Amino acid sequence: MKEEGKHKKAKKYGMVINLDECTGCGACMVACMAENNVPFREDESNKLDSIAWMRVYKLTNGKSYPDADICYLPRPCMHCEGDHGHSPCVSVCPATATDYSHETGIVSQIYTRCFGCRYCMGACPYHARYFNWWDPVWPEGTTKYLNPNVSPRMRGVVEKCSFCFHRYQLAMDKAYFEGRAELEEDEYQTSCTQACPAGAITFGDLNNPEHKVYQLAKPDNKHGGRPGNPNVFRLLERLGTNPKVYYISSREWVRRAGDNYLDNEDFAKNYRR
Amino acid sequence: MSPQDDKAKEVSADGAAGPIILFFIIGLAASLVFGWVIFPKLLYSQKKQPLDFNHILHVEAVEEGCESCHFFREDGSFSGIPKLAQCVECHEDVQGEDPNEVKFVEEYVTNGREVPWLVYARQPDCVFFSHAAHVKKAEMDCGTCHGHIGESEHSRVYEENRITGYSRDIWGKNISGLKEHTWERMKMDDCAECHATKELKTDVETLPWPINWLPRPYEKQSGNQARVKTVKEACFVCHK
Repeated sequence: MKEEGKHKKAKKYGMVINLDECTGCGACMVACMAENNVPFREDESNKLDSIAWMRVYKLTNGKSYPDADICYLPRPCMHCEGDHGHSPCVSVCPATATDYSHETGIVSQIYTRCFGCRYCMGACPYHARYFNWWDPVWPEGTTKYLNPNVSPRMRGVVEKCSFCFHRYQLAMDKAYFEGRAELEEDEYQTSCTQACPAGAITFGDLNNPEHKVYQLAKPDNKHGGRPGNPNVFRLLERLGTNPKVYYISSREWVRRAGDNYLDNEDFAKNYRR
Repeated sequence: MSPQDDKAKEVSADGAAGPIILFFIIGLAASLVFGWVIFPKLLYSQKKQPLDFNHILHVEAVEEGCESCHFFREDGSFSGIPKLAQCVECHEDVQGEDPNEVKFVEEYVTNGREVPWLVYARQPDCVFFSHAAHVKKAEMDCGTCHGHIGESEHSRVYEENRITGYSRDIWGKNISGLKEHTWERMKMDDCAECHATKELKTDVETLPWPINWLPRPYEKQSGNQARVKTVKEACFVCHK
């Protein structure tokens, strides 16, 4: 009976990224673009035009030698749960093209429903959403390398990280075939997680105490998913977006950089129970 | 108003209305003929399958029925139209006298070339359809969506929408979009027909009173098992 009760719980897929281990190599960005058929521009250096579902930011502590320090911060979509599924982008979408799934905890993006008003982009505090200003152009022969499980987007729609939702769909297919309704932890992993050579990214179900993400972040799911581990923080914690991407850092200035704290502010109070 | 006035009005109205009504009726009829007969002919191209396939003959010859050729792979994906490798298992050499088989062996088997079958049920790119969820989990019949394809002697004509490139099976044979059987149309609304209304078989609450009140120890409640009935948030179930 207890076993059954556990299985009835909805999933809350999330990510824990260890910034102490991230080397900023960008393998996650590359793997993500290849996996999700992300279109690219001729000049990818223009970051106003280019699209990156997963983007690695460089943080500096602003100090001079010998105290100078840097940190790389990969940023996928945070799949905010907000207050009971009130993600910033979901609540503003007039087309219901993006929605929060209470079954998986994944914020969807339905390209065929989106009509490109970009309201969600304005609402997203993490700049995780990108607009297709042009139709994708695949150089001749490269269409054969596209992932058939992800539909390419057209001009005029918004796209973002989906936590490789198609991999969840395929994993569920296998589970159904084998007569199961539940997935093992390693059956559904995102492309960036598997690509990271440093093993800095962990992915799994934040509702399942047996999953590594839960053990790393120790989320307090009753209180907006606040991390229980003192070295774990989330971006813009105070906005109440309840993101499902957690970051680990042993360095205080990195944890401080997760939100706009005042110099003398006691930022740790946001995480105290 | 006096009765005389009424009469005068009728006469004058009749004179002008006749041709107008006639013009309207002819126009309407012409539009209808164009919309219902000519337009579908223009819209859909008629393509023949590379080979005429006889389902009846094959179903009789194979052991496991439909699943002999249309099977699930170990990773839960569905094979759909079989690859050449499946056909070669029997058709390494010409067995009968059918010209289609001769053509198949000479053109495709000998050259090791895949047959470019036209897929009647191919959905648009944005659609994710899980055969495993429907056939294995929900135990649905193939025929519910595909019709009695196993009882066909000839491959029917494949009609391709010249604008979208999709098969006519998606929109349905009837240009008005009406249908009699579940397999006659494969649009999103047809998926929604079940997904918006049907509960899981084991969902006790949908059964009529007083059965839903009786103790049913042998039946498992649906709980969190993926619901058939999907809600607003479930677009991502069938879209990719």
